[in-house]
Order: sequence, then C-alpha cells, then structure tokens
Amino acid sequence: MRKLPKVDVVIVGVGWAGGIIASELTKQGLQVVGLERGKERKTEDYFMVHDELRYALRYDLMQDLSKETITFRGNEKVRALPMRQYGSFLLGDGLGGSGVHWNGQTFRFLPYDFEIRSKTIEKYGKNKIPAEMTLQDWGITYDQLEPYYDKFEKTTGISGEENPLGGKRSDKYPNPPMKKSPAMKMFEDATKKMNLHPYMMPSANLSQSYKNPDGIERAACQYCAYCERFGCEYGAKADPVVTVIPVAKKTGKFEIRTHSIVRRILKTGNKVTGVMYTDVTTGEEIEQPADIVVLTSYVFNNLRLLLMSNIGKPYNPVSGTGVIGKNYAYQVIKGNAVGFFNNKEFNTFAGAGALGVTLDDYNGDNFDHSNLDFIHGGIVSYTQTGMRPIQNNAVPGGGPTWGKEFKDKSLKYANRYLAVAAQGSSMPFKHHYLDLDPTYKDAYGDPLIRITFDFENQDRNLATFLAGKCADILKEMGADHIDSLKELGPYDITTYQSTHNTGGIIMGADPQTSAVNNYLQMWDVDNLFVVGASAFSHNSGYNPTDTVGALAYRAAEGIMKYHDKGGQVV
Amino acid sequence: MTEENKENPESLSRRKFIRNTGYTVGGLAVGGVLGSLIPLGIAKKNEKAENFNQALMYFTPEQFRIVEAATERIFPSDQHGPGAKALGVAFFIDHQLSGDWGFNAREYMQAPFFVGEKVQGYQGRLKRRDVFDIALREIQNHSMAVYKKNFTDLKGDEQDAILKDFEGDKVNVTTISPSGFFQMLRSVTLEGVYSDPLYGGNKNMDGWKMRNYPGSQMAYAQIIDKDFKKIKPQSLQNHMGH
Repeated sequence: MRKLPKVDVVIVGVGWAGGIIASELTKQGLQVVGLERGKERKTEDYFMVHDELRYALRYDLMQDLSKETITFRGNEKVRALPMRQYGSFLLGDGLGGSGVHWNGQTFRFLPYDFEIRSKTIEKYGKNKIPAEMTLQDWGITYDQLEPYYDKFEKTTGISGEENPLGGKRSDKYPNPPMKKSPAMKMFEDATKKMNLHPYMMPSANLSQSYKNPDGIERAACQYCAYCERFGCEYGAKADPVVTVIPVAKKTGKFEIRTHSIVRRILKTGNKVTGVMYTDVTTGEEIEQPADIVVLTSYVFNNLRLLLMSNIGKPYNPVSGTGVIGKNYAYQVIKGNAVGFFNNKEFNTFAGAGALGVTLDDYNGDNFDHSNLDFIHGGIVSYTQTGMRPIQNNAVPGGGPTWGKEFKDKSLKYANRYLAVAAQGSSMPFKHHYLDLDPTYKDAYGDPLIRITFDFENQDRNLATFLAGKCADILKEMGADHIDSLKELGPYDITTYQSTHNTGGIIMGADPQTSAVNNYLQMWDVDNLFVVGASAFSHNSGYNPTDTVGALAYRAAEGIMKYHDKGGQVV
Repeated sequence: MTEENKENPESLSRRKFIRNTGYTVGGLAVGGVLGSLIPLGIAKKNEKAENFNQALMYFTPEQFRIVEAATERIFPSDQHGPGAKALGVAFFIDHQLSGDWGFNAREYMQAPFFVGEKVQGYQGRLKRRDVFDIALREIQNHSMAVYKKNFTDLKGDEQDAILKDFEGDKVNVTTISPSGFFQMLRSVTLEGVYSDPLYGGNKNMDGWKMRNYPGSQMAYAQIIDKDFKKIKPQSLQNHMGH
C-alpha cells in the first residue's frame, strides 16, 4: 500500500460537515486533506438542471446504488434485504454531498430537544416515556449551541423571520424572508385566525444577494422551482460547493481528492493514525496518515467506517449496552393533508425548496401532552417547493389513478391543490439500530449497513394527530375537498419520505450511553471526531441541516482545542 | 463574448441574467455557468426536419404496438388534448429501456435474491427490460385467453379489463409481479407524458400545455407573489441557444 506524507487533518466526505471543518481549520493554518468518494461538482454542472426526469426520477445526483446501498428490515425476526432501488430516502454523492440537492429548510431545534429526557420527566413524570424508548439528553443545551447556529446561518445567509415559539436568538437572520405566494398568504391568514403562530420558513435560498462573513457573494433566488433533488444553477441555494469549500481552498491549505473512497480508519493503541482509501479510478489502495481524523460523511458511512475499523463498542440491542449503532431515528413525514380547490388556480409550478410558511404550535413540548399518547410533535407547514408535473398528479378522494377519469381530474386539479404537511419528530427505541449486514457487500467487498427500524405507537399516534391539524388548517383555508392520512402503517422503504436519517454515533455527557462528547470527539479515541446527524440522540420535528451545521462549527472548535492541548476537550 | 441569442427574445437570457446577478468570492470564481454559455449552434427554427428520434432502440414492432395501445388506455386522448400515443410515450419507453433504466444500471442487483416483505421493495433479479418482455407476452396471452384476440385488436374497455387484471394481480403469472409491472407501466407513462421533450415523449410540449405547466423557465421571481397566470412553456432545448 502506498503511504503518503502525513497531514494535520484528514476528513472523510466533503459535504456540509466536511466543508465547514475544512474551512474553519484551514483558516487557522492547519493542513487538511478531504477525501471524497464521488466526483467534483460545480455550478455549471446544472446548465440542464430543470429536468425532472433526470434528477428527480433517475436520481442523477444520488449515490449509485449498484456500488453501495443499505439493507433493511422492520425487526430482528426478519431477514434484512438490500434497498435495491431508491424510495424512502436519497443518499448524496460527490463534492458537496446531500448539501447540493437539499431544499434549504434551515431550522434550529428547540431548547426542549437537547434536554428532552429531563424535561419530559420533569413535566409528565417518568412513566410518560415508554420502557423501550431510549430517550436521552444530548449533553449540550440550546444556549450552548446557539452561537454555532448563528454562525451557520450567517455562512449560508438564511432568509427568515424569528420563530415566535422557538429558542432565544442572539441575532436576527442575516436576510429578510423570501417572497410570499398567494397560497402561502392563505395559510398564514387561516392559521392566524386559528390563533396559531405562523412565520416564514427559514430558507437557505437567498431572498436577496448576500455577502457572508467569509466574503462569499451569492445571488438571490429566482423561485425557479428546482431545488430538492437538483443543484442550484445560480448558487442562490447555499450549498457547500458555493460557500465553505471555496473558503477552505482559498487558504491554499485544503487539498480535495475526489474519486477517493475511504475504507478503513487506521488505529494503533488508542489513537487513530490515518485512513486507508481506494482511488476508484485506478483501484489502488492508499494510506493517508494524519494527526487527526474527522468522519464527515453521511450517517451510514460514518457508522460503517467505525464498525469496519473496530472502533468503539458496537451497540447490542438485547442488552442495550454498547453505543455504536444506537438510537437510529428518522422522521415521521406522512402526517399530512391535501386540499383541493375547485375554483382557484395557484402558481404552484413556481417555488423554491425552502419557500413556505410554518408553525411550531404542535412541535416539541409547545403544547400539552398530558392527555396524549405520544411525546414531541412536528412543524406544520405549507411549502411551495414547485410542483413538477411527473410527480404531482393528485386527484381528490382516491379516485382512479389511470384512464379517462384520472386524466380529466389530474389535469383539472394540476394547479388546484395544496398540501399542508407536518414533519414529525422520531424518537429512539431500543430495537431501532444500525449494524453491519452479515450477507450483502458493496462493490469493494465490504459489508453494507443494516437498518432495523419500524414505526411505533408513538409514531402512529403522532402522525394521525398532526394529519388532523393539517386538515383543520386546509378547512379554514377554504378547500373544497380534503384528503388526509388516517393511519400511518408500517415503515416502508419504497416510498419517499425524507432523507433525514439520524443517530448511530450519538453525542452525550456519559461515555457509557453515548459515542461522542459534545464536541463530537470520540470518547474512546481522542484524535477521532465524528460529525453529522449521526450525533443526534433523537430526531426533532424539523429538517436537520441547521443542527448539523452548528455541530460542525462546534466540532471544528473542539478539533482546534485538541490540536493545541490534546486529550478529551470537554 | 458572443452576441445575445436573438432567436428567443421572449425568454430571459441566461447569460445576461448571470452577468447581472454577479457571483464571485472576493475575486475567486466559485463556479457559475458563464464558461459554458457559448451557443452550441442548434438548427434554425424554420427548418422542418423529420423526427429522427421516432425509431426503435429496443422493442420489436409487436411489443411497440402493445405498449402504444396500453399506454393510450392509461393516458387517453380526450377533450383536453392528445393521449400517450400522440405524445410519443411508447417511443419514450422504448428509449428508456435501452439505457440505464432498462438495465437497472444504477441499482443494487447483486445476489443473493430472496423473497422479501412488501415494505422491503423490489427483490427480483430481472431487469426492467426483462420484465417488459415477459409482461408484454403475458398481456398478449391473457388477451388471447379471455377474448381470443390480440391485445391491440381489442376495444378500449376490453383493453382496460386486461390491464385491470394486471393491476389487481388477477392474472396467473409467476415470473414477475403483474401489479408491479402495471405500476411501473403507469409511472413510466406519466414520465413520457410530462418529461422534457428531449427524451422523446411530451411531443410538442403538449403534455405540459394541457395542464398549463410552463416547463423550464429561468425565473419566477416576478410572478411568485402573484395569482396564477398562464405562461407559454419552453423546453430545455431553449437553453441551448444561450
């Protein structure tokens, strides 16, 4: 194996987390190598981006599943089988990772989230938490994380207005909210009338041109309606390629190697010494030594690398001991309602990924759960992401899905329906976890990650509760016909829900129950940091990226502390 | 820099747009499509060329006719406008089957194969083109068994009945899932109706026109806060001149 010269830091995966770590460390003079398994990405790639088939249906920007996927089963009695085709979530690939094709919805979690166990017990007593629910505090408070949220929001240029029910802010959003479409106005008017607290969704699609604290200038969003699953041709949507990566590159201290898939973390004693990766263009295996290793890929690959490299104590779902793979959580996304309007057409062909109005009245513990059979909740929003024609053909009342009547109705309602949707939180359970699949391998002969996960009563009750709230709002908005979720059903890998997979390498205050400290430094290995939504102990009722960004800024600070002093930095 | 393209005065010039919005990192270009904006010399507008795209890459003529008939039942011609046949959907499907999608090229197709639970998704070893081969033969067989006629010779409602038997798993086929095939046929029909015309379907953008979808526009910043307004559609080809 060819061994390269040692560098200060090697990062594995160059998306949001990797880009932030790289920009912060190189600014302070560290030499950083970023290994990225996919290809280079740049704005000019998106010349032909308004192509629903290529990007939304054929997943042009996503990980090639023929090389690597995950396996899934609902519970331990079932044989896990590979996710052969995309459905439930879409894995990113290439420079910028999933940060290239996100929608840009950039929410802070609630103060409640970070101390969820303590606060639940304090208010409702211990019995409110089901025995199997492995609910934990995060080992950090909202107030501790607030400055890092602020930093990420300024880097990305979030456009928004204060959440009336959110945590305290040290500063306002750097840009004013986006424009309001007529449908958004209807949602706002209706929910105000219902004494709820609507506000403009915090958006990484710029409402105006903006220069961030790193000196990066970007143009305003054009509402072209191609965000989710697409890259932004204007750079108006914050993504790592147009924000943090160029900052790191400009220092001259950041080297990105694309087409480089990291396969093992190398360890001697209780320190890691670097990584082994394969140059996918030649097949050569190469060793990159480093003083500090930072895992910044998606949840599944962060975890896979730890398990394949025998680092940390794997989670055992029977005894509940061990931590690597614990508290896998997701998102309860199906609690929604669709309203059809017979006499009004909307400009829903236009939009932006984070263009919407949202409210927190049913999120976190912002409402009383004493008589409810679940904890937490979710945001309820009307989001105008742009209704592209292949994927948006709803007809009222579950009528035929093909033939004369379908064509007639789907054309009639093409611009006449609005979805009000909840983004439900996902609580951890003892038997929801990630480990290595015993059977299926990737293109390099390494084992795939196996997901064991299903919806619980918590999720079913939450979903129908939130769907009911969505339907109430649509009624107030004047919809002529409303379809809403009546029953959640089992978790299903085939229908798209959300690419908000979380947990597996969770943060906390106690090495017995968490894998990383609140700087995302491994408890077991001082010079290894694992950054991303893999650190979430549960998933909140929001999109995760703001919290991933905030944690990455905090981790960068922790890495500098370690670089200066060594040892555990907490 | 070359002249602005004069052929599309109604559309917002992409080059001008980017120039006006400015996009740099303290002197360091972070991308931008500027470099790729040299006109690629597409055919002049009034040249009435034959549609060379309408030929077969995969199907036999018989398979093509079955697909054309079946997709027309899924998305029929009516008072709103053309159906799947006139929109070129069968050509679209033929072309798709001959590429990545037909070969399941970017999907995990490694053994071992086991029958899974419904929530675990497709677990077969057959590629989409194999599934189509089998299903189209079985549509013909089922049609002969029920009506003693070829599928393409049936009346519309008889064709519907055959398709409904597939949709409801009421045909006795074991090598593929009849309902799985039907769902795939339905999805790929809608793709052919509504994808950019560059793929061979949505002929003349008529799929978009029927639902007042504007296709590929550079910007909606001027109309996002206004009530619905019909906008003349344009396709990706329109960008090639910029």
